[in-house]
Amino acid sequence: MIERRPGLTVLSHLILLLGVLIVAFPLYLTVVASTQTSEQIAQSVPMSLLPGSNALQTYKTALLGGTTAAGSQLSGAAPMLWVSLVTALIIPLGKITMSMLSAFAIVYFRFPFRNLVFWMIFVTLMLPVEVRIGPTYEVVASLGMLNTYAGLTIPLIASATATFLFRQFFLTVPDELVEAARMDGAGPMRFFKDVLLPLSATSIAALFVIQFIYGWNQYLWPLLMTTNENMYPVVMGIKRLIGGESYTEWNVVMATAVLAMLPPALVVMLMQKWFVKGLVDVEK
Amino acid sequence: MASITLNKLVKRYGNGKTVNQVIHSVSAQIDDGEFVVVVGPSGCGKSTLLRMVAGLEEITGGEISIGNRVVNTLEPSERDIAMVFQNYALYPHMNVFDNMAYGLKIAKVPLVEIQARVDKAAKILELGEYMQRKPRELSGGQRQRVAMGRAIVRQPQAFLFDEPLSNLDAKLRAHTRLEIQKLHRELGITSLFVTHDQVEAMTLAQRMMVMNAGVMEQFGTPEEVYSRPATTFVASFIGSPPMNLLKNAPDARPGTIVGIRPEHLDITATGWALRVDALEMLGFERLVYGRWLHGAGNELVIVRSDETQPVPGLDTIIHVTPRADRLHTFDAATGKRL
Ligand SMILES: Nc1ncnc2c1ncn2[C@@H]1O[C@H](COP(=O)(O)OP(=O)(O)OP(=O)(O)O)[C@@H](O)[C@H]1O
Ligand SMILES: [Mg+2]
Repeated sequence: MIERRPGLTVLSHLILLLGVLIVAFPLYLTVVASTQTSEQIAQSVPMSLLPGSNALQTYKTALLGGTTAAGSQLSGAAPMLWVSLVTALIIPLGKITMSMLSAFAIVYFRFPFRNLVFWMIFVTLMLPVEVRIGPTYEVVASLGMLNTYAGLTIPLIASATATFLFRQFFLTVPDELVEAARMDGAGPMRFFKDVLLPLSATSIAALFVIQFIYGWNQYLWPLLMTTNENMYPVVMGIKRLIGGESYTEWNVVMATAVLAMLPPALVVMLMQKWFVKGLVDVEK
Repeated sequence: MASITLNKLVKRYGNGKTVNQVIHSVSAQIDDGEFVVVVGPSGCGKSTLLRMVAGLEEITGGEISIGNRVVNTLEPSERDIAMVFQNYALYPHMNVFDNMAYGLKIAKVPLVEIQARVDKAAKILELGEYMQRKPRELSGGQRQRVAMGRAIVRQPQAFLFDEPLSNLDAKLRAHTRLEIQKLHRELGITSLFVTHDQVEAMTLAQRMMVMNAGVMEQFGTPEEVYSRPATTFVASFIGSPPMNLLKNAPDARPGTIVGIRPEHLDITATGWALRVDALEMLGFERLVYGRWLHGAGNELVIVRSDETQPVPGLDTIIHVTPRADRLHTFDAATGKRL
């Protein structure tokens, strides 16, 4: 903005504040609710916006489970958090490995039907999990992968987005660099490891963050293919706490939600530093 | 160290109807320790030729030997050569030391030896203080030296250079040219150097290969190429201003072209009569552009004179005499020297 009009400044700040409020208020509500007891939440209408003093107890119940004051039996979120963490790690790692290797093959090797292969991968961009969920379920079920980590992750790993991204990146790596490596005697995999991998650090970091959150937030797929409580991810756990056969303990629901929000937030925060480092360090 | 032999080398791109022959049966012998410059206009196939020697481009026909070994099917790294690229092609994420050492590490040279060789190269190229820097923290000239260092540490049989100076400014280019000369004197490694710049070619070459449209027009010392150009192309490509190639000189035999360099035409009292068409005053030299008085077409004759001569007026008539021993005759049809 070049113009400096006080009215405009005030207005834009108001709009921004409104935006922050819209995003932050539910978050605040969640945190506050998680510090109160379930009676407090249920009895005061509207709910008190001041933090309560039951935080420790609520989080303990949320994490480890147990019997609440209202007498309902709750299973803790800890095992579910673990399931979520494992899936959310396998998905980006698997995805990055697979897509880097396939992009490497497509860009650097001349094999028959190379373009066809690329377009086949590309077309799958139009088929996210939700679209092919029926057939995918069939396949996973007949392979006996229901209620396993493999079943939770593999169908989500296969995707073209990352392959496409790495392909575009590899295409920008100058040919002379490839030739220099050839002159230096680096074979294909050596070139991949010593040159492409370090140069891709930033893209890898970006993809990791995006895919971690994607994996963490999966709901529909696990809902379909997990029947064993040990394999429930935490996002499903939250849903199960609400409107089950028993009375909804809103404080526990909120605490679980907070717990479920923490790892993605942490990943974003940690990787952000790495992003910047990558951006500063690596340059073609 | 080794000689490089090109035997009827051919390169074609594409096939069937779209075939594009880029190198037409080039044969040449580059002696052990010799510095040969390949020069020619853009697109004439210089880089292609060099890249075939390097092993980066497939050979369509003919043979390349390095030393006494035919290398046609060998991988670049097995040919025992090193290449300096136009854009240097340094690994952006490695520091100067690692850039130079990378090839040696892959070749499993012992660490002590790597250290010693890199140190030595760094010393020759005065790169000592930059060893820990990344390429992007270096100036163009320094990057160029790192690229040379990477070639030197390999202790190869031959160096290949593809226009390594074209990204440097004029002053640095002149300086680096001298450095490369010095380096070649010290190391004595067979070198093949590609450029489109005739000054670079004339100053660096022990022998030069003049290429045009994939054909090697002449292969000889700069002196030979300058004083006895083999074709009209070489005559006009080497030398600035270019040689006059005259179809209408008064004493020319029909079917021939008379060649005379502007610096070998003297303004005299009698001789070829020209009407002065234009003048270029360049300080130490003057270029006089004249047209035949006997009115033969638009042919321009360039005469080079210096400040000791009087300045002819525009549209006046001057007489010039070619130095007899500097006259060249070419076949008008083939362009070959007669
Ligand atoms: N991959 C290719 N496919 C088809 N033709 C090609 C290919 N690479 C190069 N050529 C052609 O080969 C010819 C020679 O190219 P080359 O790069 O050797 O020229 P050059 O003499 O190095 O020119 P410059 O001075 O501009 O670098 C050009 O006409 C070019 O169009
Ligand atoms: Mg070239």
